[in-house]
Amino acid sequence: MPPFLVGKARVSLVFASFTMTKQQANWSPYDNNGGSCVAIAGADYCVIAADTRMSTGYNILTRDYSKICKLYIYQHQHNKQMSCPAMAQLLSNTLYYKRFFPYYSFNVLGGLDNEGKGCVFTYDAVGSYEKVGYSSQGSGSTLIMPFLDNQLKSPSPLLLPAQDAVTPLVEAEAIDLVKTVFASASERDIYTGDKLELVIVNAAGIRREYMELRKD
Amino acid sequence: MNFMASKQPENSLLGLESDSQRTLYVTCLISIELGSSLDVRYPYVTGTSVVALKYKDGILMAADMGGSYGSTLRYKSVERMKPIGKHSLLGASGEISDFQEILRYLDELILYDNMWDDGNSLGPKEVHNYLTRVMYNRRNKFNPLWNSLVLGGVKNGQKYLGTVSMIGVNFEDNHVATGFGNHLARPVLRQEWHENLSFEDGVRLLEKCMRVLLYRDRSAVNKLQIAKITEDGVTISQPYSLKTYWEFSAFENPAQGAIGSW
Repeated sequence: MPPFLVGKARVSLVFASFTMTKQQANWSPYDNNGGSCVAIAGADYCVIAADTRMSTGYNILTRDYSKICKLYIYQHQHNKQMSCPAMAQLLSNTLYYKRFFPYYSFNVLGGLDNEGKGCVFTYDAVGSYEKVGYSSQGSGSTLIMPFLDNQLKSPSPLLLPAQDAVTPLVEAEAIDLVKTVFASASERDIYTGDKLELVIVNAAGIRREYMELRKD
Repeated sequence: MNFMASKQPENSLLGLESDSQRTLYVTCLISIELGSSLDVRYPYVTGTSVVALKYKDGILMAADMGGSYGSTLRYKSVERMKPIGKHSLLGASGEISDFQEILRYLDELILYDNMWDDGNSLGPKEVHNYLTRVMYNRRNKFNPLWNSLVLGGVKNGQKYLGTVSMIGVNFEDNHVATGFGNHLARPVLRQEWHENLSFEDGVRLLEKCMRVLLYRDRSAVNKLQIAKITEDGVTISQPYSLKTYWEFSAFENPAQGAIGSW
C-alpha cells in the first residue's frame, strides 16, 4: 500500500462503504416550558404578573411554579437597593454574555425608578432591551400584547422628545386589566393557565396576589 | 499555469473527498481527543419511571428494579433508589451508570458535610439544589448525565419533594414522576392525591400508579421497591411483585366483533 500523504497526493487506501456519520441521539439542550408574563408601569406603581404553569411538550410538569423573582445580591454588595435601570442593564449583560449559547428565556423586568415612577423593561433571549410602559412575553404574548396595545396605546419610541410611556390607569384598574388579560390568554393558549401570580410594587412596598386560572 | 479543472480532488484525506466529510472526520477526531466537549452520547442501560408523593409523615417513592439494555431486560435487581445522608432519598431513571456516578458525587458531598462535624447536615432542599447545578452544568457542556432524578426528604418536620431532568429543569411539587410516569402516573395522582395521606393510602396510591405502568410501559418489570422517608430516616422495602389481572374478557378474544382488520 503506498504511504499516505495529506495534501495534493491522492491516497489509495480502501475503505469499503465507510460512512463518517457519528451516531447522535437527537438531543437538545433546550426545552420549552411555556408560560406567559406581563408587566404594566403606572405613575406610582408597577404590576408584574406571570402564570404558574410549567409544561413540556403536551404535559404539565407542575401547576405551581413561580416565575417572578427578586434580586438581593446588589443590596448586599452596594449597601443600597438596586434601581430599576441598573438592574435592566445587568440583565441585558447577563443575557448577552451567553450570546453564543443563549439562555432561552424571554424576560420582562418591572419596578420603580429612583423617582418612584413605575418602569418596565422588555427583553429578547440575547439581551436586547427597551424601556416601555407595558409589555408581555412568553407563549401567550401573541394573544396578550395586541390587547394591551389596544387598551394602553403606547407612544412610539421614535418620537422626539421622548414621550412618557407610563399608563394613566390607577393601580386597581391595571390589576384588573392584568387579570382579564390572563383569563383570556388561558382560554386559547395551552401553555398558560393554572394560577396567576401578581406582584405589585409601589411606595408602600411589594405585595403578592394570586388568582385561579383555567386548569385545562 | 494549468487552470484546467482537475478530475481528482486537490485535497484528499483518507479518501474523503468533500470538505464537509473531511471537516466531520477531523471534528470527530478532535472530539475523541478532547474526551467529551462535543459529545452527546446516548444511554445504554436504562431504568424506567420513578413515582413519588408526599404523605402525612414524609415522602413515599416507588421504582421497579429493571435495567434494560435497549429492548432486552438485562438486569433485574437494580436498586434505583438510594438514601442520601440522613434526610434524603434519591430515585433515578435513565442511564444506570450515570446514576452510579451521581451517587459518587453525592457520597463526596455528604462526606465533606459530615467532616465539618458541626451538628448541621444537608437537607433535601440543599441536595436537590446541588443536583440541579450538576445537571445544568453538564448540559451546558453538551455532555449530560442521562438521568431524571427524584429527590425527596424530611428535615425538621418540613417535607420536600423535587425533581431534576437531564437538562436541568427542576421544580418541586406534592407528587412527581419521571419518564412514562409523567404520562401514566401523574394523572392518577392529580385525581387522587390529597394532603395528609396515611401511610397505607399512600402505598395503595403508589401501587395503583405502578400497576398502570406495569401494564402499559414495556420497559417496566414486576419487581419493585417502595421507599419511605420520614423524620426518623429512610426505609426501603424488600423487592416484591404486584398482583396483575390479565383475564379481562375484552382481551380474551380481541378480534371478536371487529369489522375489518381492527
